[in-house]
Amino acid sequence: MHFQPVLLWTDLLLFVLVACALLMALHVRRHEPLRAAWRKVGQRPVGMAAATVLLAFVVIGMLDSLHYRPLLPAVEGRADSAPVYGSEVLSVLDTVLAPLRLNNEKTYSAPFARTLYQRETVELAEGGQARIHPPLQYGGVHLQPDEPVAPDVARQLIAAVGQAVLVLMLLFALVSIGVARTQGRGLRHAAADILAGRSTLAWRAALISAGLVALLISAAITLAPLYHVLGTDKVGQDVLYLSLKSVRTALVIGTITTLVMLPFAVALGIAAGYLGGWVDDAIQYLYTVLNAIPGVLLIAAAVLMMQVVIDTNPHWFETAAERSDARLLALCFILGITSWTGLCRLLRGETLKLRELEYVQAARAFGASTPTILRRHILPNVMHIVLIALVMDFSGLVLAEAVLSYVGIGVDPTTISFGTMINMARAELAREPMVWWSLSAAFAFMFVLVLAANLFADVVRDAFDPRRG
Amino acid sequence: MLGYVLRRLLYAVPILIGVNLITFLLFFVVNSPDDMARMQIGVKRATPEAIERWKVDRGYDKPMFVNNAQAGTARLTETLFYDKSLRMFALEFGRADDGRDIAREILDRMAPSLAIALPTFILSLFLSISFALLLVFFRATYLDFWGVVLCVAMMSVSSLFYIIGGQWLVSKLWALVPISGYTSGLDAFRFLVLPVLISVLAGLGSSARWYRTIFLEEISKDYVRTARAKGLSEITVLFRHVLRNALIPVLTGVVVVIPLLFMGSLLVESFFAIPGLGSYTIDAINAQDFAVVRAMVFIGSVLYIIGLILTDLSYTLVDPRVRLE
Repeated sequence: MHFQPVLLWTDLLLFVLVACALLMALHVRRHEPLRAAWRKVGQRPVGMAAATVLLAFVVIGMLDSLHYRPLLPAVEGRADSAPVYGSEVLSVLDTVLAPLRLNNEKTYSAPFARTLYQRETVELAEGGQARIHPPLQYGGVHLQPDEPVAPDVARQLIAAVGQAVLVLMLLFALVSIGVARTQGRGLRHAAADILAGRSTLAWRAALISAGLVALLISAAITLAPLYHVLGTDKVGQDVLYLSLKSVRTALVIGTITTLVMLPFAVALGIAAGYLGGWVDDAIQYLYTVLNAIPGVLLIAAAVLMMQVVIDTNPHWFETAAERSDARLLALCFILGITSWTGLCRLLRGETLKLRELEYVQAARAFGASTPTILRRHILPNVMHIVLIALVMDFSGLVLAEAVLSYVGIGVDPTTISFGTMINMARAELAREPMVWWSLSAAFAFMFVLVLAANLFADVVRDAFDPRRG
Repeated sequence: MLGYVLRRLLYAVPILIGVNLITFLLFFVVNSPDDMARMQIGVKRATPEAIERWKVDRGYDKPMFVNNAQAGTARLTETLFYDKSLRMFALEFGRADDGRDIAREILDRMAPSLAIALPTFILSLFLSISFALLLVFFRATYLDFWGVVLCVAMMSVSSLFYIIGGQWLVSKLWALVPISGYTSGLDAFRFLVLPVLISVLAGLGSSARWYRTIFLEEISKDYVRTARAKGLSEITVLFRHVLRNALIPVLTGVVVVIPLLFMGSLLVESFFAIPGLGSYTIDAINAQDFAVVRAMVFIGSVLYIIGLILTDLSYTLVDPRVRLE
């Protein structure tokens, strides 16, 4: 084998989450009311567009979650020894982005630049010294020394647009065939419906945003190996690479946090609401106490403590990636502990309402046991609250990660995330001349991700909240 | 009324004890003082003597809950739990790592924190309610639609961006106000205006949208239709009826944060170098000064509980239907 697969804890949880999503999709297919609610999401152009953009982010994040350790080349003369794997944990995304990951410059360079951003003193070939912007090692080296950058970029971009249009046509054809099969009215009808925005689901919006995403991706594919499209940071790393790697961290924080706290919030919330009495009192006491501690301070205290645990037990982790992954997972748990109270209170309130409804009373009168009632009658009817909480919390958590990492109580400094990118670049705007690209890239990626998540969350809430029918 | 307040205050005691226990568990049981000492001194230089000295300096050398070396009540009072946890109820927080008295420091730093937090609170409450009312007045028009889009977009921007971008634009490019710093007295205005404006702007999107939902929920009720049918103008309906009734759900969110204003804002204070409680906390986190973090956790919880009680009381003021018995 040329590699050894590595399954980090957060990878595992992400895969569990994807599996849950697939199971839920199967479940939705079989239940008409759920299908109707999701159809409402699909009918809103905003929902479809936001979902398409989110899907692109999820694909990036999932590619970045397939980890492995590459096989090191065998040492000469010891061919029979056991294979040795590198201590660096890579992901499939790293392999795809190998040119970006490996083509490190010496320090800052602007987007599409061919020279470093700062002057350096270099020895001239004919003797003497000069203060010049030294040429980059990788950015734009395919050009002649005096050739301008803009025409070449324009040429490449035209090719990229061509590719994107091809991809879009292909997607359009696929969607048309799909719509034609469900409508049963022929391909041309379906295509015309989609173009006019008359199809049941808002496919036109989805295709437009898919086209934009395809354009960005193909532009990145053609340009990124030749230039540093978003420049390089202080140690010469490509900013586009850092931004793409940050996506996974954001997704992990945004989803795993809710996932790990979900069992507690659901179990305690329903138990408090349904059982009442001292159980209710105890659970209410628990979440009032946790709520009383200001969130940031509880997180800070817990992260400081976790840091001590991780630092005093270095032997738990085989590679640096596993250590930073443990810290990421711990951060998810800590954020989960501070944020489950809100969901728990909502579920308690809803259960209080549900337990007095006729069908629950009837089930009780028939002698159904409490666990059965909770599982069959209460749980399915509070699931919409859980779903809404899951999508509503996502964007807040992504934003919180950046702030926490900035404060120094977020992810491990070696984990690439929007927060660590901003943290590294915080003094760059004050420099003369100003370095603006790493901050802008981090903020722009974060803005698109959070905006898409916010819009999607709104549409989901509108579709599932019965009060907003 | 008085009886109710007293009962609520009594109810706060078990919550504070819970908070106290959690913080104690977090800071002393998850990691022993030895671990903390090793980390603070540095793993390489942590000789047993250095660890012992570190613990004695900070009073961490006592047993956890029961001190068998002492007699009588000292068995319980000469312990970490009594020293570090229970004494907080008497607002004795001990000393920070730099040797200063934490309680004194907190008193000194409250004023700068409030100087930012109070104007921010009032201004953002006023602006977001006005903006929400404007959107509700023009509901189901393009103005409303784009207003909501603007709110969602503003919510999606990281607060770090508002701060970094605002500092760069206003202080560096336009050079209107100093980038950071603080003085006392009236002169502080020029240091305060930018952080206040930035914090207001950063919170505007989400709060305006939240108030808009509350107002919209209120406006679909029957009494509003009756008021319109009476021939009242839309403006009168909005201000006399909708706004007043919507105050009740608004209060739940607003009153609870008023006491927490004393805590200051972590981000804004650290970016603008304001010597308030927020930057104090951040510095303590970065320096891993556990005593200060513990003190801030305790104070934060006390303020939160005060906020809860104030919320209940404020209901009686705005809603005559609520009686506190």
